[in-house]
Amino acid sequence: MRRRGTGTPDIHGVMAEFNTPHDVVEAAHRVHAQGYRKVDAYSPYPIEELSHALGFHHSPLPLLVLLGGIFGLVAVYGLQYWSAVIEYPMNIGGRPLHSWPAFVVPTFDGTILFASLTAVLGVLALNGLPEPYHPVFNVPTFALASRDKFFLCIEARDPKFDRDKTRDLLRALPGVVDVVEVEH
Amino acid sequence: MKGLQAPAALDGLQKGALGAGVAGLLLCALGFFTNAEQLYRSWLFGFLFWTGIAIGCLSITLIHNLTGGLWGLVIRRLLEAGARTLPWMAVLFLPVAFGLPHIYPWARADVVAADALVRMKTAYLNAPFFLARAVFYFGVWFLLSHMQSRWSDELDRGVNYLKTSRRLRGLGGAGLLLMGLTITFSAVDWAMSINPHWFSTVYGVLFMVGQALSAMAFIIVCVARFGGEDPLSRVLRKEQVHDLGKLMLAFVMLWAYISFTQFLIIWAGNLPEEIPFYIQRLQGGWQYLALGLVLFHFALPFAVLLSRDLKRNARTLAMVAALVLAIRVVDLYWLIAPDLAGHHGAGAPGLHPHWMDLAALLAVGGVWLTLFVRELRGRPLLPVGEPEIKELLEARAS
Repeated sequence: MRRRGTGTPDIHGVMAEFNTPHDVVEAAHRVHAQGYRKVDAYSPYPIEELSHALGFHHSPLPLLVLLGGIFGLVAVYGLQYWSAVIEYPMNIGGRPLHSWPAFVVPTFDGTILFASLTAVLGVLALNGLPEPYHPVFNVPTFALASRDKFFLCIEARDPKFDRDKTRDLLRALPGVVDVVEVEH
Repeated sequence: MKGLQAPAALDGLQKGALGAGVAGLLLCALGFFTNAEQLYRSWLFGFLFWTGIAIGCLSITLIHNLTGGLWGLVIRRLLEAGARTLPWMAVLFLPVAFGLPHIYPWARADVVAADALVRMKTAYLNAPFFLARAVFYFGVWFLLSHMQSRWSDELDRGVNYLKTSRRLRGLGGAGLLLMGLTITFSAVDWAMSINPHWFSTVYGVLFMVGQALSAMAFIIVCVARFGGEDPLSRVLRKEQVHDLGKLMLAFVMLWAYISFTQFLIIWAGNLPEEIPFYIQRLQGGWQYLALGLVLFHFALPFAVLLSRDLKRNARTLAMVAALVLAIRVVDLYWLIAPDLAGHHGAGAPGLHPHWMDLAALLAVGGVWLTLFVRELRGRPLLPVGEPEIKELLEARAS
């Protein structure tokens, strides 16, 4: 065990293991009610209630995607306007230079393109990915999180975190299989 | 299972609808004696709008048979009730059948004699064939809604779940195929042929999407109205309201996509046989309706329906749905009324709504709503034979 400072082991957090999605959701509810906020849960498949239970209500991602979409809209419409009206004004079929109906489809595509790029890159950036090392993988049983086990981890950076009290809290949760400390 | 009947509040709605229907019919009778030609045209408008909701209900039911999902089980009885009004709509089609020469230029001997292009189309556009096709459409719709309701009833009674639900899935697949054909042809017959010169191949899809959107908006208004009451409140969760909202958003976007596709292609082609459709609809007052459609049929509902919180709240969602229903009326009017008003060679007529347009909308709407509530009350409001619904009801009871 790597130790830092004067004997207080520097751990990432405390992790509880569960067998059913119901138990981990219930655990997340209780932990959240106790005031813990730096909590994360791990599950083999998405559980809609879980993110609610953890208090992940509002992520900035939708707003970013909207802004990305608006940027794409303005940029692609602007590009077409600039090329068709300002830089290369050409008479095509006698139509006005600023023939907006023809601009709509590329503008729509540009909106989608930039919105979806923002979504993909935003998910990666906001989650801190790519992340080559994460302490939770130090827990031997954690590999089962992608198979059939459910985990809840309270991180040490939570202001309410107390090594013993937090561990006891997790141990007292219904349906808990095991509680272990997660080392750095 | 007892206590699953439609809530008593429907009594008031049915009475109100009946009153509105009778008032509308009286106004229409008055209109018939003052200006029969206008009445026939206005009647077609009212008929197409409300029949569209019924057809949309049937289409969504069939789609749900294939896709599954709790959102559709919760509203299944509303959809089926809407679909079961279709045989009655055949009765309301009679004024259209009697008024053919007043509505459709191709049904007038003098127009056909003077117009070579229309003459070429009389092999398809003639009264007997037109009426035979209408009988066929209503026959298909009656059959589909009847089989849907019958098998759905059998599920309620718990008769051989696996076999019956497989039948419903089959009905969904075959039925949607038939719906695609009947909606396309009925849209061409009843609406596009008002101007027998003009054609658009995406017209049928425009009607399909519009009808599904109208039906979805109508159902959301119903859900907001009765969702808080027994028995719907026993199974309705925010998640289902959210799903209905997402579907409405999808239909709004699809409508915009199809409408714009038609416009872009005709605008870009700029051909003399196609472009008059839009020239006529972008002048003489019609351009304000067109602008209204862009803003209130797409931009506004699209923007507000992006909000997750709005979609999960039945009340706010129903406000958007009511707006969508209202603008659906405007869309149908913008689509057919310019041609209805001006096929006698008087050039492009301006926007002059007639009071009979509203009277017919009221008359058909009142009758339709009365029928809808009548069908709704005939059966339990929840499909209790479906395992997902059963589970929710039992979880609630225990």
